Amino acid sequence: MSSLLRKDLLILRRSRLLLALLVVYPVAIALLIGFAISRSPSRPRVAIVDETPPGETLQVGEQRVPVSQYTQQLFNQVDAVHVPTRAQAIAKVQSGDVLAAVVIPPDIAAKLASDVEPAQLEILYNGDALEQSLVRSTLDAAIAQANLAFSEQIQKAAGVAIGALLTGGKLGNIGAPENLIGLSQIPSTLGGIIARQPPGHVRAQLERVDAFAGFAAENLTLAKRVLSTISQPIRVKSMLLHGRRTPLNAFAVVVAVSVSLMFVCVLLAAGSVALEREEHTLARLIRRPPGANRSLISREALLAEKTLLAGGCAFVIAFAMLAGIGAFVALDWSRAGLWLAALAFGAVSFAALGVAIGALAREVRAASLLAFALSLPLAFLALVPAGSVSSGFYDAIAAISFVFPFKAALQALDAAVNGASPAIGLTLVHLAVLSVAFAALARLGLRHVE
Amino acid sequence: MSAVLSVTGIAKRYGELEALRDVSFQACAGELVGVIGPNGAGKTTLLSIIAGIQSASAGRVTQGEAAAAWRIGWAPQEPALYTKLSVVENLELFARLERLPDPRAAVARMLEQTGLGERAREPVGRLSGGNRQRVNVALGLIGDPPVLALDEPSAALDPGQRERLWEFLTRRVVQGTTVLFSTHNVSEVQRYAGRVLVLADGRLLFDGPPATLLEQGGEPAAGDLERALVRFLGAGTPAHPEGTP
Repeated sequence: MSSLLRKDLLILRRSRLLLALLVVYPVAIALLIGFAISRSPSRPRVAIVDETPPGETLQVGEQRVPVSQYTQQLFNQVDAVHVPTRAQAIAKVQSGDVLAAVVIPPDIAAKLASDVEPAQLEILYNGDALEQSLVRSTLDAAIAQANLAFSEQIQKAAGVAIGALLTGGKLGNIGAPENLIGLSQIPSTLGGIIARQPPGHVRAQLERVDAFAGFAAENLTLAKRVLSTISQPIRVKSMLLHGRRTPLNAFAVVVAVSVSLMFVCVLLAAGSVALEREEHTLARLIRRPPGANRSLISREALLAEKTLLAGGCAFVIAFAMLAGIGAFVALDWSRAGLWLAALAFGAVSFAALGVAIGALAREVRAASLLAFALSLPLAFLALVPAGSVSSGFYDAIAAISFVFPFKAALQALDAAVNGASPAIGLTLVHLAVLSVAFAALARLGLRHVE
Repeated sequence: MSAVLSVTGIAKRYGELEALRDVSFQACAGELVGVIGPNGAGKTTLLSIIAGIQSASAGRVTQGEAAAAWRIGWAPQEPALYTKLSVVENLELFARLERLPDPRAAVARMLEQTGLGERAREPVGRLSGGNRQRVNVALGLIGDPPVLALDEPSAALDPGQRERLWEFLTRRVVQGTTVLFSTHNVSEVQRYAGRVLVLADGRLLFDGPPATLLEQGGEPAAGDLERALVRFLGAGTPAHPEGTP
């Protein structure tokens, strides 16, 4: 087997394009992902056109909330680029200088103050469907944050106004007289007057006013509490019940390494087995003349050699990638032993899938095409999150992902690198079972050599 | 002379198709045996079974008492070589896989016998068709087997290349190797083979020297074997003429 392995490594070394690809690919992917993750802007670059007059305020009770506070909230959520006119904002979006533009109209304060028509922002963006979706969701989140912060300001001002109505005093510029009595003070003040009134019509009327004042004070107190609630009616307290939370950056690293491990391993294994058929050497290697006690190499040993070749190469490449990305993203090197285990089991299972493809295909081109055509959707399906498709379809996707090694390898590496669930032991067993199954399929594919 | 190879009652079925039916013959050391017949006669199937590429549905292939070791060399019609490896690397790989005691000496011997010493370091992919076929045959002979099975060895060669290949093979036969080859080129059988097997429809119709086939095909001693074969196949003749094994 060692002679055959040496031969394959020699052939690999002489296949300059393939060798260059095997070296350049992991380096390029590691650098790309590393830079993308470590240098990516955390806030989208957005042009903001503020058409509101300078110093524009929104009157709430005796308080004035500057509209500029809203603009400032929005600026905090994005990488804001100040643009004076709508036309300039459109030009910036079209040139790709900014992802989108937000136009704050001049009448926003008036519309916020009116209860007839809601205030409205204008968002301008372009790009393809994916880019539009990304920009739209990013801006929606940014605007929601700004709205929330601004509504808290308004709620605070409204709370102060209600407090003044209850406790009395100065109510600001709403046309109320100075030193106004508070609603909650009326019952005690009116109680003294009623006590001095003889029974009769006047006293009965005063008692009705007193009852109303008491009821109104109680309900306004409640309204104040309600007002503080409606600015953020539901707060979220999240708890993760299943496994450790994987930061998105770390998960992206794991996905990139798993995809590379799969492609290198499956393509190399499938190609190397198919090459034996294409060069007509397979029959020469595994033929066993009648009466002879052995063939030059058994089918099992041949498959093991190809698995070792592809798995070994892919393992080295994937580890180099992981280490390379580790220069950009903080990875826990104390778990390196687990990384190696996950990469080794993943490499063997991908190689087993590759040799099965190579054994079933008759030529290198067909094997490579089949390997690529199978690997790409496998990676895609394994990344489809639960809930994003109908439950029946998701079950079908989960079943497909279960019988191929990509998802298990991804989970194993995620568990090894990030401590995510399911536990690494379980996924390694899964990978081992899949390796045996695909090796058996490969053995079946080599049943006939001609 | 005792046999090095005995083929007894070989049959091969692919579902309903009977590719070989009860084929039996023996070959002795130093015999050059040509297997001829129309397309689909079962020539490649017979050689594949003898070489161990596929198994027979019935019958057996056994070692004759004269064979020192049970090894059958094999060279398929399409050269089975690693085109990115050099001639010497191909030979050395198979010498090691054959577990020869001195692989380098075996490689040097084959390079000398095939006359490929000057091209030894060249990648096989750059060699001409004739030289590739010589390497292909050399790989079949690297373990010095007593029997060599060749499937249409000269099919893709020009006359000069064919001549050099047959010179090489006849030298091996003189040294005692039994060579069994299939071909569509009947004149090659007439020129080089000491014995001819005629297969048609999976049956062995003739086993004897080319001179006898000429006679049975109504041709004179220096006549055309191809014409004799066509007449023979048209008439139908017993498989073992008098005086043949």
